[in-house]
Amino acid sequence: MALIVDLVVQGAQMALVLALAPLLTGVVRLVKARLMGRRGPSPLQPYRDLLRLTRKEAVLAENASWLFRSAPYLVFAGMWVAAALIPTFATGLIFSWAGDLIAIVALLGSARFFLALAGMDVGTAFGGIGSSREMMIASLAEPAMLMIVFTLSLVAGSTQLSTVAEFMQGPEVGLRVSLGLALVGLVVVALAENARIPVDNPATHLELTMVHEAMVLEYSGRHLAMIEAAAALKLLLYVSLIACVFAPWGMASAAEGPASYAAGALAYAGKLLAGGVLLAAFETSIAKMRVFRVPEFLGVALMLGLLGLVLLFVTRSL
Amino acid sequence: MLIVAGLAILALILLGLGGPLHARVPRAALWVYGGAAAASAALLLLGLSALALGGEPAVAALPVGLPWLQAHFRIDALSAFFLVVVNLGGLAASLYGIGYGAHEREPARVLAFFAPFLADMNLVLLADDAFAFLLSWEFMSLSSWLLVVANHRRANNLHAGYVYLVMASAGTFALLLCFGLLAGSEGGYAFETIRAKAPGAGLAALVLVLALLGAGSKAGLVPLHAWLPLAHPAAPSHVSALMSGVMTKVAVYGFVRIAFDLLGEPDWWWGLVVLLLGGLTSVMGVLYALMQHDLKRLLAYHTVENIGIIYIGLGLALAFQAQGFPGIAALGLAAGLLHVLNHSLFKSLLFFGSGAVLVATGERDMEKLGGLIHRMPVTALFFLVGCAAISALPPLNGFVSEWMTFQAILLSPQLSDWTLRFAVPAVGAVLALSAALAATCFVKAFGIVFLGRPRSPEASGAAEADCWQIGSMAALAALCVVVGVVPGLFVDMLGPVAELLVGGRLTPQWGLPWLTLVPVAEARSSYNGLLLLLFIAVSTVIPALAIHRFATRAMRRGAIWDCGTPGADPAAQYTAGSFAQPIRRVFGTTVFRAREHVDMPLPGEVRAARFHVELRDLAWDLFYAPVARGVAAAADRMNHLQFLTIRRYLTLVFAALVLLLGVLAIWR
Repeated sequence: MALIVDLVVQGAQMALVLALAPLLTGVVRLVKARLMGRRGPSPLQPYRDLLRLTRKEAVLAENASWLFRSAPYLVFAGMWVAAALIPTFATGLIFSWAGDLIAIVALLGSARFFLALAGMDVGTAFGGIGSSREMMIASLAEPAMLMIVFTLSLVAGSTQLSTVAEFMQGPEVGLRVSLGLALVGLVVVALAENARIPVDNPATHLELTMVHEAMVLEYSGRHLAMIEAAAALKLLLYVSLIACVFAPWGMASAAEGPASYAAGALAYAGKLLAGGVLLAAFETSIAKMRVFRVPEFLGVALMLGLLGLVLLFVTRSL
Repeated sequence: MLIVAGLAILALILLGLGGPLHARVPRAALWVYGGAAAASAALLLLGLSALALGGEPAVAALPVGLPWLQAHFRIDALSAFFLVVVNLGGLAASLYGIGYGAHEREPARVLAFFAPFLADMNLVLLADDAFAFLLSWEFMSLSSWLLVVANHRRANNLHAGYVYLVMASAGTFALLLCFGLLAGSEGGYAFETIRAKAPGAGLAALVLVLALLGAGSKAGLVPLHAWLPLAHPAAPSHVSALMSGVMTKVAVYGFVRIAFDLLGEPDWWWGLVVLLLGGLTSVMGVLYALMQHDLKRLLAYHTVENIGIIYIGLGLALAFQAQGFPGIAALGLAAGLLHVLNHSLFKSLLFFGSGAVLVATGERDMEKLGGLIHRMPVTALFFLVGCAAISALPPLNGFVSEWMTFQAILLSPQLSDWTLRFAVPAVGAVLALSAALAATCFVKAFGIVFLGRPRSPEASGAAEADCWQIGSMAALAALCVVVGVVPGLFVDMLGPVAELLVGGRLTPQWGLPWLTLVPVAEARSSYNGLLLLLFIAVSTVIPALAIHRFATRAMRRGAIWDCGTPGADPAAQYTAGSFAQPIRRVFGTTVFRAREHVDMPLPGEVRAARFHVELRDLAWDLFYAPVARGVAAAADRMNHLQFLTIRRYLTLVFAALVLLLGVLAIWR
């Protein structure tokens, strides 16, 4: 019986992240539009876009291979599983021990690997430039992310995200310099990984500096829908991750009643909204960088992560 | 047990006769490769049973070798594990060779040395005294050198062979001195005798440095790696797979045997040195690889990177053991040794794939390949598995060993030494960086070679590899998945090795619920590849089915879109050089002093624009060039000694004799 309840909760988590991801993207777009003085589309617009794309006929290039056709589903799956492993409204889900924080980072890496390959499949200049730049950004963002993961897991004594979140809710955390550095670094990495301003611009097409959009240029129909959904999931994943580690308040722990689950879900919705508004405000207040300034930007994240880690190593057991 | 091993090795040596008899015996290649496969399978089973049964190590002494010293052989847990690694690779390479060898231009040159090369590697693992060890080591170098120069008519192969021979001799020389120091003035060359006495701190330091020089140069530690990317690609592809996937592992075995087994208790700084060398090797290896356009050379540089990762694990083990944490040392050692197994699997797989491409197109230059996924779909699939595994993507095997290395790194705040406390997180950052760069490099390798449009007529006319090649690739790809999905089984295999070398026990993994990997404690960290694989499979299939069922499955083929301006010429695609350009700009300007020269004709001028990238290999500039200059200068100085009179020569001989007698008199 307990197993069934656990499975239901885990399934609810998977359904919840999938259902909320387009809404978060829609909210960010709406707030951005309002801040720029436009009316903006309804926050439900991403759902309509996805629905429209899935119904459309998919147009493939003559020489597109099986990899091109299966990559969207693989990318989506990698992202969905990674998002399902992050505690959102409750900690201690049944499958949360299947992969720790390092595995989540590596799952995101798998999704990126297949997306970059798909960008090169048709053999165009735009696809190549997108893949090449995406991998360049990733090869700096991923080590920075791992440094932050190391910092968090040294503070909490575990790489399990549930344990980290429970530790962060507890009294013995306190204010630590390392955690502050990790937060700044994580925000930088999240901006780069989600192709947001100042690293990339999610709203542009046909700009020489574009990265993510150039890579998926050949996609259409249901394949494009899967990729858009995966991108929305990735944004949700990073906001959830930041919320889960740095604002774990209100999360239900394992085997509490349905009431606390509902409270946790409400708290989670509030955190997502706050994250979306903050992101939109940040994006409207800053300009896009040149592509070769990005390594310096990410280098800062890497250094912050390393600094936080070294601080922990040095101050431990003094 | 050793009798079986001896018979199998003898059979392998005799199979070398297949070379000279090749012209006379029908289907000699099939006999040689089939026989080598059978012998490797026997040795593989032997290694597995030795690991599974445990118990006392089997010992044997043969009345050959030095007159006062018999040749000793022994199978303990460490050699049993490496027997498994070596012969798994040997078995796969032999099966692959049945298909690949048929395309060889001069098969006799390969057939004569292939099986003896396998035999020599096995002998190194079994040797239990310094003499047998060094003799097998040297034969291993020589037989692989003969395989490297098998295609000696191809340009650059002779140069590669020359550099390899020089470096191999220097490495063996270092090992010779190393064992000489270990044996001491009494000449106790048996490992038993060496183990019984502990060398002093200064002597042990010297031995460690010599072992790093000798075994490290064979494994490809930066900056001793220079021969490796020349020699490994020059050999036929199944031999490249053996050299990269297996022979470097024998070199790792040599280092582990000396540093963990023969030298006794480690000093605190040993771990530091090995860690820093491993970190440098891993990141430099992958950066070199990113700059390559030659597929096989790219793979060879990745061997350098993975050797770095293995040495990071070994360095952690040494550091933890020196500071009195045998349990964590066992974790670091298990991470390093599991990566030994993993790397031998996926690197052999990747070299097999590159060999299939070489047979199908005759090209190693990535800039002339492309679009092979349409013409070689099965090879492409298995090569993709290898690429994903080496890029440490879950749920494949490369991720498991890197994950375990990270877990050991995360336990290192317990170390009491301050230098190590600064060094370990830095090495962790370097490891993370090289893992991310490896993914970039293999997106480049797979994307340029197998995806896109063909860049040459050879690439557009390629045909699928034969069933032997595909079969061996399929087996290795399947093993990559199995090790990734049930890593607990393979970690348990390393339990006896860790207990033998560092005295720490690993937590038994087999039988944990859901086959989870829990290296320390469940609250701390756990990983379940099986569940992740299931999760990914389910969440791939459900949306695909749902969309196909409820939305639409309509599909149309059209022209390439490319924003409305597709270039009809395949040369308009991204190339390997352009793919690596961002990385070259970020890292290459400092690490390789990369300079880009653009020669753009003025408007109206009728000539082609030229673009040229200049890279410098600092390892050659800083390390090898001065040595080569020194040797040349010394040779110039000594040149006049060749033109003396007989009187002078006699004087010189007499003086040398007196000098040596004097030294002996003072020494005693």
